Amino acid sequence: MHAARLIDLTKFYFLGDNIVRALRGVSADFPMGDFVAIMGSSGSGKSTLLNLLGALDRPTGGQYILAGYDVGTLSDDDLSEIRNRLIGFIFQSYNLIPQYTVLENIQVPLHYRSNRRSIGPTEINRCIDLAERVGLSDRLDHRPFQLSGGQQQRVAIARALVNDPEIILADEPTGNLDSVTEKEIMDLLTALNREGRTIILVTHETSVARRARHQIVMKDGLIHSEGMLITDGEK
Amino acid sequence: MPFANTIRTIRLAFKSLLLHKLRSGLTMLGIVFGVFSVIAMLAIGEGASAQAQAQVLALGATNIIVLTVKPPADTQQNSSGGGRRGFSVPQYGLLRSDYDLLTSTLPTISGAVRMRELVSEARYLQRTLNARLVGSTTEYAEMNHLQLLRGRFLTDKDESEMANVCVLGAETASTLFPLEDPLGQIVQVRTHRYTIIGVMRSRTASAAIGGSLSGQDFNKDIYIPLSTFRVRVGDIVFTRLSGTFSAEQVELSQITLKVRDMKDVVATSEVVKESLKRTHGAKSDFDVIVPLELLRQADQIRHIFNIVLGSIAAISLVVGGIGIMNIMLATVTERTREIGIRRALGARQRDIIHQFLTETIVLAGSGGLIGILLGLSTPLAFQGLKSIVQNFVLNQDSGNSQMSKMFTEMEPRIAWWSLPVAFGISVGIGIIFGLYPARSAARMDPIEALRHE
Repeated sequence: MHAARLIDLTKFYFLGDNIVRALRGVSADFPMGDFVAIMGSSGSGKSTLLNLLGALDRPTGGQYILAGYDVGTLSDDDLSEIRNRLIGFIFQSYNLIPQYTVLENIQVPLHYRSNRRSIGPTEINRCIDLAERVGLSDRLDHRPFQLSGGQQQRVAIARALVNDPEIILADEPTGNLDSVTEKEIMDLLTALNREGRTIILVTHETSVARRARHQIVMKDGLIHSEGMLITDGEK
Repeated sequence: MPFANTIRTIRLAFKSLLLHKLRSGLTMLGIVFGVFSVIAMLAIGEGASAQAQAQVLALGATNIIVLTVKPPADTQQNSSGGGRRGFSVPQYGLLRSDYDLLTSTLPTISGAVRMRELVSEARYLQRTLNARLVGSTTEYAEMNHLQLLRGRFLTDKDESEMANVCVLGAETASTLFPLEDPLGQIVQVRTHRYTIIGVMRSRTASAAIGGSLSGQDFNKDIYIPLSTFRVRVGDIVFTRLSGTFSAEQVELSQITLKVRDMKDVVATSEVVKESLKRTHGAKSDFDVIVPLELLRQADQIRHIFNIVLGSIAAISLVVGGIGIMNIMLATVTERTREIGIRRALGARQRDIIHQFLTETIVLAGSGGLIGILLGLSTPLAFQGLKSIVQNFVLNQDSGNSQMSKMFTEMEPRIAWWSLPVAFGISVGIGIIFGLYPARSAARMDPIEALRHE
């Protein structure tokens, strides 16, 4: 059973007369419970691939199948729903909403559920549980600026989990963190993967990439190599 | 429960707005003053028209007033009446026969009163006053809505006996008798003396009629029986004006007709005009005033007033709206990243529109509410303005001018319909001027927005 499949995915940008071929035909399968790190230098197409995987953009050609949906054919509203229901985002710069508390930040995806149900005590308890899961149960009323980078990223992880997504997309999740915090965050992601969650991670740091089950290396808009490229010595 | 969602959206909008208290407050100020000025302007317009209406109504809505008017100088010479000792005394105005004609031929009237007036000096001891000596009958008080304060008004008996009695207007009484009890005292007007039998209650002036700027002020009146007037003063009045000696002959100064039914007023007034034209011929020495028509004119003026004042105030509302749009555009740029985050987490374009539109509506709506509260204080603020003007601007002389009286006697009246209208307009401005920033927020590319620093 696949969580996500990429079939000959292409993405071109048209800048005047120039065509930038950011992705030139990428095929990959991400089985359920996978933990993959996408690597590559800047300009290799990994950001473009991440945008497509996150349903933030539509491919120029090929297919992206996520939980049975052909994402490339969907309308803007449907893409919003896909992002809300099937994808949990974790960003390099955390991207919390500054005027909201920890608890409110975790709730944000609930506001945009397709049924637009109002948030009841059940949902709020779920958010509190998630905050506890990432070790922030004593910080529920804090604002993002009152938290350290690692704590903010934990809030982002809790937020990514709130709608129980199909895949978790992490874009350089430890890029702004020191090595100790990096390890804490990666431990958390590893633990989530052990619970059966599918995680796709974009990074250029080998220390992070080696925590994944396998790696994909991008180069010039194509998959350059994939497999167990870097082994985690601790495993 | 879609309602809970709306409440949540509004709560979150408040939260975002409170993040920048000063900015939100200043933005709101435009709407606050806009709404305030709309309500205040309409209140002042409404007050002015209420004042005008009260003055017209004081003339009596079912009354028709026929006035003697001094004709232009060139037509006077042809119409010399009963001259004496070589004088040619010009005769003009309403005649006693006119009164008989009107009262006997008009079926629609329920009452009529004739009146002869003369401004002359009244004296008691060393105190004097330029009063209006009015010769009339007992119906005069009722016809002009005059109320008695003390004593009694003129009776038919006074009329038939040509009694030397008089009733004083409120101001006449208070000027001539500041301390004493006027009842039973004797007041001198011209060369004649009259015993005071009553004092009238003070009364607001009625609307200006007959082309004069001043309204009828009943407070400076002295009422005597019409027959007494005819005997003591006579139809011919001699006046000495800057060395020359002039005389004129007038039988009646005014005839007031009371029409039984409001709907007959205008038609009756036409008949009055036609029949008087026949007896008076080319002499234009009378005028017919219909308070009901004045009332309609006052109503029209009120509408024009409201539209003009309202439009001026509406301009400030539009300015406030532009201020809101400006700030919201800045806010959207500033919160580009937040928009990107929300889009990534599943917000549709219309969710973003909804969010920003709610913020502008909350902003404009709160501004509107504050403006309404301020607007409700208009009468109080106007009172303060009045006391400032009265204490520092007006002196003894200018304070008595017609314009300043109009100002000091005016009471602004809150037009209650203007409150929901003003609130609706401010919310509408929130929507109109919020739509563009909200749409530009929603149309951002989520990828670009997420990358925005």
